[in-house]
Amino acid sequence: MSNEPRPETEPLRRRGFVIRKERLYGRLIAVCAVLTIMVTVGIVLALLGRALTFWTAVSPVSFLTGTQWSPIISGTYGVLPLVSGTLLVTIASAAIALPVGLAAAIYLSEYASDRARSVLKPALEILAGVPTVIYGYMALVYITPLFQGVLPLSVPVIPSGLPGVPEFILTVPSLRTFNVLSASIVVGIMIIPMVSSISEDALSAVPDSLREAGYGLGSTKFDVSTGIVVPAATSGIVASYVLAISRAIGETMAVTMAMGMSPQLPYFPNVLRNLVESSQTMTAAMVQIAQADSLGGVTYEAMFALGMTLFVITLAMNAVAELVRRHFREAYE
Amino acid sequence: MSDNDMNEREKTAMTEEQIETEDVSDANRGRVISDSTDEADDVLIETGPTAGLDDDKPSRGTGQTIVESRNIDVWYGDDQALRDVSIAIPENEVTAMIGPSGCGKSTFLRCINRMNDLVDICRVEGELTLGGKDVYDENIDPVALRRRVGMVFQKPNPFPKSSRDNVSYGLNVQGIEGDHDEIVERSLKQAALWEEVKDRLDESGLGLSGGQQQRLCIARAIAVDPEVILMDEPASALDPIATSKIEDLIADLAEEYTVVIVTHNMQQAARISHKTAVFLTGGELVEFGSTQKVFENPDSERVEDYITGKFG
Repeated sequence: MSNEPRPETEPLRRRGFVIRKERLYGRLIAVCAVLTIMVTVGIVLALLGRALTFWTAVSPVSFLTGTQWSPIISGTYGVLPLVSGTLLVTIASAAIALPVGLAAAIYLSEYASDRARSVLKPALEILAGVPTVIYGYMALVYITPLFQGVLPLSVPVIPSGLPGVPEFILTVPSLRTFNVLSASIVVGIMIIPMVSSISEDALSAVPDSLREAGYGLGSTKFDVSTGIVVPAATSGIVASYVLAISRAIGETMAVTMAMGMSPQLPYFPNVLRNLVESSQTMTAAMVQIAQADSLGGVTYEAMFALGMTLFVITLAMNAVAELVRRHFREAYE
Repeated sequence: MSDNDMNEREKTAMTEEQIETEDVSDANRGRVISDSTDEADDVLIETGPTAGLDDDKPSRGTGQTIVESRNIDVWYGDDQALRDVSIAIPENEVTAMIGPSGCGKSTFLRCINRMNDLVDICRVEGELTLGGKDVYDENIDPVALRRRVGMVFQKPNPFPKSSRDNVSYGLNVQGIEGDHDEIVERSLKQAALWEEVKDRLDESGLGLSGGQQQRLCIARAIAVDPEVILMDEPASALDPIATSKIEDLIADLAEEYTVVIVTHNMQQAARISHKTAVFLTGGELVEFGSTQKVFENPDSERVEDYITGKFG
């Protein structure tokens, strides 16, 4: 049978329509990629154009250094109160989400049984799927009243009569209806899944040989988790932190609902007061402008200037993250 | 302690004094049992396996048994990996475990420091003693056990830290006091790596070559001064030159430590070990004795077939 010539079932030459089909697929995919990039570029250009219009009317210096934001009433466009509002929420929510999220990731990766993990990880990711408007509602309707019941009026942080400290400086007033604290808590909860999910992936990716080396030297599970696995996963953990912080910076709905609309420069040195007072983030200010009826001209364009500023901040964050990630990245193979 | 393994010098040295010290050791054991579980950690370290027995500097071939297993069976789920393994590993010698893949030699190694505990489906039955104490006793903390039994793995696995931090890691975790820099230097010298890394102690251990990484792992294991060092095919991922360095190193280590080494390479076992255990498929220990005897005149025909290369 081997003497018979084999029938020519598959010619070695590729047929024309196969080549054309392949080429078509390649082009379709390329179009999708280009489209995504073009949309991004388009957004940036649109932002930049309107923002530049704004900055010809209001000088960028007074925009960036102004300490009062009151576009509708007095027409002052100082962005610092909004930046500080954004920073406040970001720092406070990060203070909640980064440690809790990392701890959750360590639990999921190192401690949880396969069964517990298969239930808990999706459950945690559901948190990320809850619409942010619901978080804002939770802050306003449940968390703020809860704290108002617990925190008494005007708590002196430092006992009165301490020499050299004027009493009023460190007295924290009672919680406002719209306040930074509740907003930060819900934003923190909102970004926990982001931290835990990405960090868990990074921790799980640490090779078992490193864990074995640790156990072989007489480490406890806690020693191995915190002393070996977490440091070895630093790049992934940092990435999750930056993504989560970027999300907190850009978060809009919850902070608009829970934090109020009174842009403030931070209180100092009475820093705790910042949490109980109302404030406003850059995103919330943009919402406010967008909602206002029949606004034209400079105020409307201020929205784009804010958007541009926000974009630059998050872009810088991502760039820093990439640098940090490269610095910590280790090759195991 | 098994009488067959005792050489002449040891027999003649069996004086009244030694019998007395043995009694002391029994008394120590009594104390251990009465101690609470919380203290098991400290006790395990304090009561050395040869406490009161080794007045002289330990020398090669004392015949003293340090690790002994009796009728060990190991299962992974429903698969039996080891069948009825009984073996007495002598102190300050190199004991090699050879056999074809899947014969259970690595599994046995991992029984000694209870690394098998990390595998959920693994079940160990039988008795395995370190210095006369059952390591699978419920009072024994595997963490404390592993502080006495160091391990070097098949693939070099330095931590993504500097060479210095790699070696001092165990010292920090175990809370060992003293001049860590000095211990790091001594360990690296013992591992024959000092000359190569002394100028870059603060650079990542991952930047070293494979053979250097493995010697770093050995330095890391000996820095905490274990009694037994387990080596799971430590040279299988290395080139011949690095392998020969590791082999020389193992010979040196046996001056001070008990080394149990798993290897695929029969020539390696013949070169470096004093005793050899041959495991064959099915998790059976088929032959155990002096390396010379096992390689030159094995009792079992199956072992002879394996060693002469008829299978495996």
